Amino acid sequence: MKSFSEIDTTVKRASKSIGFEWGIAEELGKNIRLLEMFGLAGLKNLNSYFKIYNQKQFQKISLISKINTSSIAYCPIISGTNFLDQVINLETLDEINFENMAYPLLFLPFVSRSTEIIGKRIFLNIDEKEFLLNFNQSIYSNYLSGDIIDFAKKIKIKFIENKNTFEENEWQELYKLSEGTFVEETEQLKNSAAGAGLTDND
Amino acid sequence: MEIKLRDPKEVMKLSRLGSFHQSKLSFLRSFLQEFKNWEYKRDLLDLDENGFGVVIYSFKKKNRIYSLICFANKISDQERSDRVIATKWDAAFTLFDGVPKKQDIERLKQNVPKQEVGRMSFKELTLSRANKSVRIFDYVVECLSKGKQPDKDKLAKVGYLYRTTAVYGSGKFGLADRFRIKNREEIYGPFRLEMMLVYLVRQFTFDQVNHIAKSKNPKKSVTLDPDISRNLGIGNSTGLGMAPFIVNHPLLLNNWIMARETALKQIREIKEVKKKDVDLIINCLQNSKKNIENWNTESEFQLLKINNLKKDLDLLLQYFLTKFDFEREFSYNDLYIWAKNNLGEECLEFMVSVIMEPYEKITNPLIRTMSADEEKFFTIPIEKTILDLRKVLELKYSDILKIDFKKKENNQNFWFISKNKEEPRLANRFQDEGSDLEQPLAIARDICKLYERISNEKNSLKIGTFLMNNNDLRHVVRRAFITEKFPYAEIQDNTIGSKLMPIDMLRLKLSFFGALKFDPRSDKWLRICMFQGAPLPNELTKSDDHWVYNSIN
Repeated sequence: MKSFSEIDTTVKRASKSIGFEWGIAEELGKNIRLLEMFGLAGLKNLNSYFKIYNQKQFQKISLISKINTSSIAYCPIISGTNFLDQVINLETLDEINFENMAYPLLFLPFVSRSTEIIGKRIFLNIDEKEFLLNFNQSIYSNYLSGDIIDFAKKIKIKFIENKNTFEENEWQELYKLSEGTFVEETEQLKNSAAGAGLTDND
Repeated sequence: MEIKLRDPKEVMKLSRLGSFHQSKLSFLRSFLQEFKNWEYKRDLLDLDENGFGVVIYSFKKKNRIYSLICFANKISDQERSDRVIATKWDAAFTLFDGVPKKQDIERLKQNVPKQEVGRMSFKELTLSRANKSVRIFDYVVECLSKGKQPDKDKLAKVGYLYRTTAVYGSGKFGLADRFRIKNREEIYGPFRLEMMLVYLVRQFTFDQVNHIAKSKNPKKSVTLDPDISRNLGIGNSTGLGMAPFIVNHPLLLNNWIMARETALKQIREIKEVKKKDVDLIINCLQNSKKNIENWNTESEFQLLKINNLKKDLDLLLQYFLTKFDFEREFSYNDLYIWAKNNLGEECLEFMVSVIMEPYEKITNPLIRTMSADEEKFFTIPIEKTILDLRKVLELKYSDILKIDFKKKENNQNFWFISKNKEEPRLANRFQDEGSDLEQPLAIARDICKLYERISNEKNSLKIGTFLMNNNDLRHVVRRAFITEKFPYAEIQDNTIGSKLMPIDMLRLKLSFFGALKFDPRSDKWLRICMFQGAPLPNELTKSDDHWVYNSIN
């Protein structure tokens, strides 16, 4: 088994070798490490993409908008780097769509890392595959295959507002139960147990 | 009185970093301190009469066990080489997480001796190899087999029986990634398991030499005297492989230097200095004179440094004996100011190390700060502006911005990775091939480029937007914002200039390891000694923490 450290170093070097700048190569090293750590086939997809990278043309988007369409497939690495760099502005758009992206799994770690920057979860659809990206701490998905995904027709990115998964009444019910661990204070305890004096003004 | 931390632009110059010495913060010393109460055992010694076979040692505490597995092999004299291009070694080692089963030993027997071309697993933590000292190994065997101890003076010229040529960890060649073990309480300090490996290898060298001597002459042979053993360490031969590490790990570098600088600051802030503490320092200084006398090198560069150190050490001792005023408050601060004005860099930094000796209350908490979670600061703060970046560059890199990279001599070298060994190398940009594959280690040059590039940008422009068209400088934008938070993260010097002494970079790292007796063999590689004078494993519980300054023959 290759260690994550080996994966990081080799991906960084390979990415520079194929033509990316060192700074982006550094991002890719971390990204593929992240995918592999979450059990997603990052290295396999990157390797496959690099085989065609210099033979085909890919759209290198700079400024990302709400809807991004191109007749030439988007490069997932340049799209991802710019998504990461622009995420604070993009967050206000609520939902972003890309049509036609090559090797979309390579785009995913940039989006995952973006959740950490903005402090919000992101729901990512790569065609029918769903990924819930949780503050770059975990990825919840219905996609378990280790296959190469060489193309996505449609990618949808939905920023999720920070809110609880439960209702207020459910919280109150549970809180009530938690009160069962509290002790009713007598007058004497009120005066002595908190540690402060009788006068609490200063 | 509050003393300021020393200015990074003073401390982070290469010549200064290349004058650092081991201290109480050094990893091999903090390793010994941490493991002194662990149970040490030799679990297996299965060597033939020539000392070839397998030996296993372990450290155990509660349910945690670390086992060093040693494979001693036969190689011919022609095959023995310190260079990283070697493919065979006298012995190869791995530190195993737990107790190895027979299948583990069989698997590792097939892989550990192959080193870089073997494959390790997540159960192995560190990996290394070593060669016998051709100068003294056979001599020691010969002496012991004849029933006599070897000549101490002869041993002192070498200082070790074996010399390692590389120690690997952190996921190299399939070894366990750091994340798997980083939360273990006993290994919070950097390179702790690498230190454990080297320490146990030292014991292996004694056991092997004793075993061979006994096999040669079972009736007459004696074992190596513990006093002699204690004064032998493990040699290490180090080339450029270490140099990029300190550039590639800015946060870790910061944390090491910050710990050292904080210790110095806190010592200078001691109001009333106790006589017993100064006596200990004087004792360490006097004892270390013997060590320095035995610091052998043929390098003119190092000889000059050693001679200056010897001369300045006399001045420093004289200061302690005649001028150090206990009656005055903050007398360590007076000492530091005097030393800064009267001593060279080599002795000034030596003094900084030695004055830590009485103050484990200061150094122990700092040891816990010397690791780094580098991932945490990897992402570039895209919300910042060009004005923020400009301020960082002007404040933190002002000396670097003065370097003129249009001058050939400031641009002379380039760092690359050798195809043969995947190891870092340095070459002349104007004479050698390969500069198009330069590694991103010319930080000073790229910082200057970045400063020039932003000169015409609007102050309000966000970094995220700037990067859209400037990803060629993305790696230094990341560094600049790391350096903003961590003042000692960056070497404040040119790492590609004609005056570069790469061994300064090696020495910086090795001093934090706790190495002694730096012996440059060229400007690009050096030999050192580790654990010389350190307590033997069976003496650890009762050991004196200042062993490093004790007399070494």
